[in-house]
Amino acid sequence: MHKDLEDYDGKLPGKMLQELEEKCPAGKLKKAAKRLYEEYLAVKVDSGESVGVVAAESIGEPSTQMTLNTFHFAGAAEMNVTMGLPRVVEILDGRKEIKTPMMEIFLKAPYNKGKDIKEIALALKETTFGELVTEFNLNVVDLKIDVKLDTERMKQLSITTATVVKSLEKGIKGATVKGEGSDLVLKLKGGEDKGLNELYKLKENVRKIYISGIKGIAQVLPVRRHEEFIIITAGSNMKKVLELDFVDAMRTTTNDVQEISEVLGIEAARQAALNEVIRVFEAQGIDVDIRHLMLVVDTMTVSGTVKGVTRYGVISEKSSVLARASFETPILHIIEAALVGESDELNSVVENVMLNQPVPIGTGLPGLVAKIDKEKLEHGETK
Amino acid sequence: MKAKYDVTKHALVPKHAKASEKEKKDLLESYNITLHQLPRILKSDPAIDHLDAEEGDVIRITRASPTAGETVFYRRVING
Repeated sequence: MHKDLEDYDGKLPGKMLQELEEKCPAGKLKKAAKRLYEEYLAVKVDSGESVGVVAAESIGEPSTQMTLNTFHFAGAAEMNVTMGLPRVVEILDGRKEIKTPMMEIFLKAPYNKGKDIKEIALALKETTFGELVTEFNLNVVDLKIDVKLDTERMKQLSITTATVVKSLEKGIKGATVKGEGSDLVLKLKGGEDKGLNELYKLKENVRKIYISGIKGIAQVLPVRRHEEFIIITAGSNMKKVLELDFVDAMRTTTNDVQEISEVLGIEAARQAALNEVIRVFEAQGIDVDIRHLMLVVDTMTVSGTVKGVTRYGVISEKSSVLARASFETPILHIIEAALVGESDELNSVVENVMLNQPVPIGTGLPGLVAKIDKEKLEHGETK
Repeated sequence: MKAKYDVTKHALVPKHAKASEKEKKDLLESYNITLHQLPRILKSDPAIDHLDAEEGDVIRITRASPTAGETVFYRRVING
């Protein structure tokens, strides 16, 4: 750093200092930096500014525009993804179960150039027993099910009949499994007291038994993006996917913010939530200043876990009873506070509005401190 | 079980480091706050696994910021 700029290190953002040094001739640096610092102070948010309300309005207004022009995708080429307002609500609510979980799996070289891309994609997909079967034959007399396996499909996924039998034995109780080649026989144990009902139930249960792939990945789609191949999936299982050796564990992401918080930590979740919201707004051509969004995601992650902007999340963190009561379900909050004898310091905005007092915002924030000479006060000589 | 992948190398994870006692003191003094008022991070957070942080420690997080280039953020470690 230039010596004329050293004074401003820590006072001005690094990005500004860097830009100034690059663009300004060295002789004028000192003067320019001084001017820049003045300008910077002038545009900084004043203390006492109600940034939360401003952020809420700045996000809320464009969001109302968004609902009106929701896109509908036709065809099956792209996967179905929640977009628009429902997605924004989902992210900001910090939902545990999102509507369309999705992963973007980046691959290590040489796989990212397209090597074995189909095989890799197929290996990722969760395969259940039902998908490997072409035919179920229920034999009521002998209480058994004859199963015909889809050998071609199995070959693609490199699954053998033996592994299928093994997984089935682990997964089902009350039946024996025998199999060779493309034929499998499931026989109910016990016999006499069981009938068609049990047999039918067995057939339905056995369909859902997990055979191979990664649990939760329901659909895979290899796509080319910027000269490299990535795999987009419907369904998400970050932890298991990152453990695979052909996966680039540095860039692979999911759109499930809660999951990121569990696997990569709170800071990553903050960044992910921010990215996801920006992505929705950008896709709709809506321009919201990123500072508002950063404020929201920061608030959502102060507690160390992702909390939604709901009465169970961020609002429950508020220290004031009256502030919590003013959001949703007021009676419940007041009763609960009364039961434990909670007190309210009246430090924030809403509770002071309720009590008709000046709110600690802007000019309401500073108090007056005066030094009064006691002796003069007694003699009535105050100025 | 130790994970095969390195969480700290992931693109979404900013740099986490333990703040020294002096840094901690300077921080609290410069903002005129108590430790209790800092944002929190769980002790079990995957991103600070390698730091052996204890409850009450302060973690310095260096984030890439789209508005300021790089910003420093602090979180205190809580149990959980």
